[in-house]
Amino acid sequence: MNILQNSTKALLLSELISGMYLTLKYFFKPKVTINYPYEKGPLSPRFRGEHALRRYPNGEERCIACKLCEAICPAQAITIEAEPRLDGSRRTTRYDIDMTKCIYCGFCQEACPVDAIVEGPNYEFAAETREELFYNKEKLLANGDRWETEIANNLSIDAPYR
Amino acid sequence: MVQAIAFYAFAFVTIAAGVMVVSSRNPVHSVLYLILAFFNAAGLFVLIGAEFIAMILVVVYVGAVAVLFLFVVMMLDINFVELRQGFMQYLPIGALLGLILLVELFFVIGIWSFSEDGSMLAAVIPIQNITNTHALGNVLYTKYVYLFQAAGLILLIAMIGAIVLTLRSRPGVRKQKIADQLSRRSEDVLDVVKVKEGEGV
Amino acid sequence: MEFSEFLDTYLLPTAIIVAQIFAIIVPLLVAVAYLTYFERKVIASMQLRKGPNVVGPFGLLQPLADGAKLFIKETILPSGANKILFAMAPMLTFILSLIAWAVIPFDAGMVLADINVGILYLFAISSLGVYGVIMAGWASNSKYAFLGALRSAAQMVSYEVSIGFVIITVLLCVGSLNLSAIVEAQKTVWFAIPLLPMFVIFFVSALAETNRAPFDLPEGESELVAGYFVEYSSMTFALFFLGEYANMILMSGMTAVLFLGGWLPPIDIAPFNWIPGPIWFFIKISLVLFCFLWVRATFPRYRYDQLMRLGWKVFLPLSLAWVVITAGVLVAFDIVPTPLSG
Repeated sequence: MNILQNSTKALLLSELISGMYLTLKYFFKPKVTINYPYEKGPLSPRFRGEHALRRYPNGEERCIACKLCEAICPAQAITIEAEPRLDGSRRTTRYDIDMTKCIYCGFCQEACPVDAIVEGPNYEFAAETREELFYNKEKLLANGDRWETEIANNLSIDAPYR
Repeated sequence: MVQAIAFYAFAFVTIAAGVMVVSSRNPVHSVLYLILAFFNAAGLFVLIGAEFIAMILVVVYVGAVAVLFLFVVMMLDINFVELRQGFMQYLPIGALLGLILLVELFFVIGIWSFSEDGSMLAAVIPIQNITNTHALGNVLYTKYVYLFQAAGLILLIAMIGAIVLTLRSRPGVRKQKIADQLSRRSEDVLDVVKVKEGEGV
Repeated sequence: MEFSEFLDTYLLPTAIIVAQIFAIIVPLLVAVAYLTYFERKVIASMQLRKGPNVVGPFGLLQPLADGAKLFIKETILPSGANKILFAMAPMLTFILSLIAWAVIPFDAGMVLADINVGILYLFAISSLGVYGVIMAGWASNSKYAFLGALRSAAQMVSYEVSIGFVIITVLLCVGSLNLSAIVEAQKTVWFAIPLLPMFVIFFVSALAETNRAPFDLPEGESELVAGYFVEYSSMTFALFFLGEYANMILMSGMTAVLFLGGWLPPIDIAPFNWIPGPIWFFIKISLVLFCFLWVRATFPRYRYDQLMRLGWKVFLPLSLAWVVITAGVLVAFDIVPTPLSG
């Protein structure tokens, strides 16, 4: 009986036909492609994109040059130099991130005690040369200014889970 | 006129290709020239109105036999320098053999004569208004049916012979048996065991 | 000879034939270009994607863009290659895929060369297709190309045998080797219905013959890079590509002629027989092509020994048995067809 059943199944190609029926069903399903540069997929508030250095609302930069991010960075992409500023507070003189080394693990923003270095929601920062991807302090602060609303929003959404 | 031009073109290419088969240094080129010769021979068959033979020539010789030739020849690893080393040494014997064959051929052609009812034998069925596929079939399956069957038998024997010569059953070869795989059921080969904690299986 | 006489007997017929050839080849090449587009769209749809939709409306200009890209690229001749054969292989593939169209009937009497042995001619031309592949593989002087060529040669020769038997079965039911006669013989019922198993075998063998998925081992990307045309670039590559797709269309045309009644409408009643024959033929070819693509989107690639097993141990005995059965039935019920033409 089993043999008979198997051979009928094989001769009538029932398995092949059921496979083809499946693909035909998918043929008529709505497509999931989005028209990328004009349409974008949803992003999690925890998305780890381009880095940014944030400021306090009064314009003072948050980073206190504790170098925890530099220490924890597994790709050693961060380089920091620090000196006391004229008013005696400790601030960075140099804050470089080599974006070609960065692996976007997010350890830097986890390590940061003052939420200064964060990975923002921007992922469209492709560049034509390598040099453009060596970010310095000015570039990172500019990013922070540019993405502050989105970053602050994401941080507040994620705050209950921390 | 067009027929004449076509005939001379086909005939010339056939002969030229035939010459190149024996004279080209690379065996793969030889086989390719052989294919060209077959092809032009098919063209000649079309010219004399034997389109069935022409197509069969292309299908069988070009499409199958020559492919296998090419297959074998492509995989040969021939050192041409080494092959040519003994050439001068064997030239006299080769030339002698060739000469003998040539003389024999002349003898054969010299005493060639048609038997008296030869022309009757050739014209079995007057070909009128039927395609030459039908004409061939009419002859092949009526008058020559036993010879046709005998030819088939000879080919069958040759095939069986080739299989017998090359078939060897080696021990320890694992072969895929599709039927076995398909008829396997999970119930037959799988045991679902309840494992007690701390005891293992 | 007078010039006007020369004109009438030679030049004019030649000009007419050349015009007819162009009337076949130009739509064919357009069809090949849009078959690539069609393929990408169909497979994309089955994978829940959209496919090309940026170049032109609905991406309709994508094939032209691809063609232009291939055209302006550099043709590379590998230094170890056999130059003449290397250049000849793509041309051979392309030419062979075109000249087969000479005998395909698009409508009653609408055929370039209505020869008596049309189906044999088609069979012969399709069996020559393997040479382009072998020559490309050997002349490239590359391992991958050579392995691809060997696989493809073995595969094409194997499946040709069962295609031959399928064709014989159809011929038994027709009594003629002429393609128009084969189509005319399907006036009452398409051969796909009484000869359904043969139809399936022919379709699967056609997949193998054109090196399409799931039998695309000669160009199996995952193990042979691209198979026999690894070393090809630019227009030489494009010629292979065009040849492959033209062969697909040809095989679909053959399927339509042999089993789906060529230019005939499905039923010979009012709304159906208003549509002219070539349109029906086009619709049938498109349907078969859709099945080619559908199969590609559905099934994974065969393993090489399974492919050979299928060809020699399954299809060959099956088709041979069916030839015997068909012949037996025709003789037993005394319905052997009488030859239509002479």
